[in-house]
Amino acid sequence: MTMATIERSPAQTAAGMGQESPLLRVSNLSKWYGHVVGCRDVSFELRAGEVLGIVGESGSGKTTLLNVISGRLPPTSGVVEFDASRFGLTDIYGLNEPDRRRMQREDWGFVHQNPRDGLRMRVSGGANVAEPLMNLGNRHYGKMRQATLEWLNRVELDTGRIDDKPRNFSGGMQQRIQVARNLIHGPRLVFMDEPTGGLDVSVQARLLDLLRELVRDLGLAVIIVTHDMAVARLMADRLIVMKSGYVVETGLTDQVLDDPQHPYSQLLVSSVLQI
Amino acid sequence: MSPQPLIVVEDLAKTFTLHNAESATIPVFERLDLEVSPGECVVLAGESGVGKSTLMRSIFGNYLPTRGSVRVLHDGAYVDITRALPHQVLDVRRRTLGYVSQFLRVIPRISTLQLTMEPLLENGVDAVEAQQRAEALLSALRLPRAHWDLPPATFSGGEQQRVNIARSFIRNYPVMLLDEPTASLDAENRAIVVTLIREALDRGAAMIGIFHDSDVRDAVATRLFGVSEFKAAA
Repeated sequence: MTMATIERSPAQTAAGMGQESPLLRVSNLSKWYGHVVGCRDVSFELRAGEVLGIVGESGSGKTTLLNVISGRLPPTSGVVEFDASRFGLTDIYGLNEPDRRRMQREDWGFVHQNPRDGLRMRVSGGANVAEPLMNLGNRHYGKMRQATLEWLNRVELDTGRIDDKPRNFSGGMQQRIQVARNLIHGPRLVFMDEPTGGLDVSVQARLLDLLRELVRDLGLAVIIVTHDMAVARLMADRLIVMKSGYVVETGLTDQVLDDPQHPYSQLLVSSVLQI
Repeated sequence: MSPQPLIVVEDLAKTFTLHNAESATIPVFERLDLEVSPGECVVLAGESGVGKSTLMRSIFGNYLPTRGSVRVLHDGAYVDITRALPHQVLDVRRRTLGYVSQFLRVIPRISTLQLTMEPLLENGVDAVEAQQRAEALLSALRLPRAHWDLPPATFSGGEQQRVNIARSFIRNYPVMLLDEPTASLDAENRAIVVTLIREALDRGAAMIGIFHDSDVRDAVATRLFGVSEFKAAA
C-alpha cells in the first residue's frame, strides 16, 4: 500500500503556496515519542475563514498533529507559522514562551472534547466566559459582564445562570460555555478536538448547527479533529485524512468522502454505518 | 455572435478504482466533450448505469475525474473545477454552480424555513429579505405553511424533495445541475418545478439535467446528450 499523499490535483499545492499569505502554514511537521511516531512530514496551509477537518481512526495521529499545530506540543522537526496579529507570519516555536502565550490568548481558541479540560470548574460559568477578556488586560467589569451576557445568549444559555458553577450544567451546556469562552475575545483561528464527541446525538446536532452558524458569522478559521465522518461533512470545507501519522489524502470534503482515492480513505468511508 | 458557454467540458474521463476489492477498476466514460450556453438545458440521456450521475458529479467537483477539464464561467473567467483549490470550488458553488440532488442532506432539527434561508444568508443577504424570499418560494412549491417551522426529517419524500428544490432555486444560480429533481413529485408539483426551470432558463441560466419522466424532459430540454457514446473500454 502506498503511503504517498494523494493531492486532489497537481496544481493545488503549487497554486496554494505563496499566492496570498496564509493564516497558518505547516511545513514538514513530524513528532516522535521516542521510537513511536505521532505524525510525520505533514505540510498544509490554511486560509482565513477556512474550516479544515482532520479525520482518521484512533491512533492515526490526529490529536498529536492538533497539539503540535496549536503550540501545545513542540514538534521533533518541521515548522508551524501563524500570521499573528502582533507579529505577522511567525514561526510559533521560534517565539519565546511569554510571546507565544500572548499570541495564543489573543488570536486563538481551543475547544476540548471534554469541557473539564477547557473550563475552570471552581469558578462560575460567567467567570469562565469572561476570563479570556481579563487575561487580555480588560478591567472594566460592567463591559465584561455585558459581553459575557451577550455570549451566553449567543450560545443559547440561560443568562439567569451566569453565576452557576460548570458542574451544575449538563454536558451540552458545559460545551456551550466552553465555546463562548473560546470565542469571546475574537480569535481568528479556533482548534476543536472532537467538540461534539461526548454528547448525546440530540445535543450534538444543535451544537453543530450553532458552531457552523458562528463560524459563518464570524468568518473564523477552524481546525477540527473528528473521527465522525458526519461531523466532518457538516463542518469542514476540506479534509486531511491521516493514517499511521501520515497524511494519506487531502481535498474538498465532499470529494474525499464521496470519491476517496487512497485505499485507506476508501476503507474509512465505506466503514461508516448507515442508519 | 453566440454568447460564451457557461460550462466547457473537455476530454473528460472517469474510472473508479476500488482498492479494497482487489483494485477492481470501473471505467465509466472517456474523451467526453460538452458545452452548455446560457438558456440551454441539456438533458443527459442513456440507460441506468451509463454514467449520467457520475458525469454530473464530476462537473460539480464532487467526483474527481481521471483526466480532462471542467471549466465553469465564474465572475467572467473560467475556473477549472478539476484543478481549482478547495476554497475556489466552494466559491464557485456558492455563487455560480448549483446542484439539486434527489436527496435532502441537512443538519437535523433545523426548521424548513431556516434551511431554505440558509443559502441566502451564506451569500450575505440580510435575514429579512432571505425570509421573504424563502417564504415566497415555499409557497410557490405549495409546501403547507404549517410545515415551515418543522425540520423536514419527518416529511414525505415529495415534501423533502421540494425543500431541496427550494434551497437550490432560491439562489438564482447561473449554472445548475439537476439530478432527477422531480423523481418523487406528483404531476402538479412537477409542473411547478418545470415553471421554475423555465424561468431560470429565461434569465439565461445554463442547465444540465437528468430526468426520468418524459413529460418533464420534453418540457425543459433544449437538447439531449447521449452519455453512452463516450463509454470507456473496460
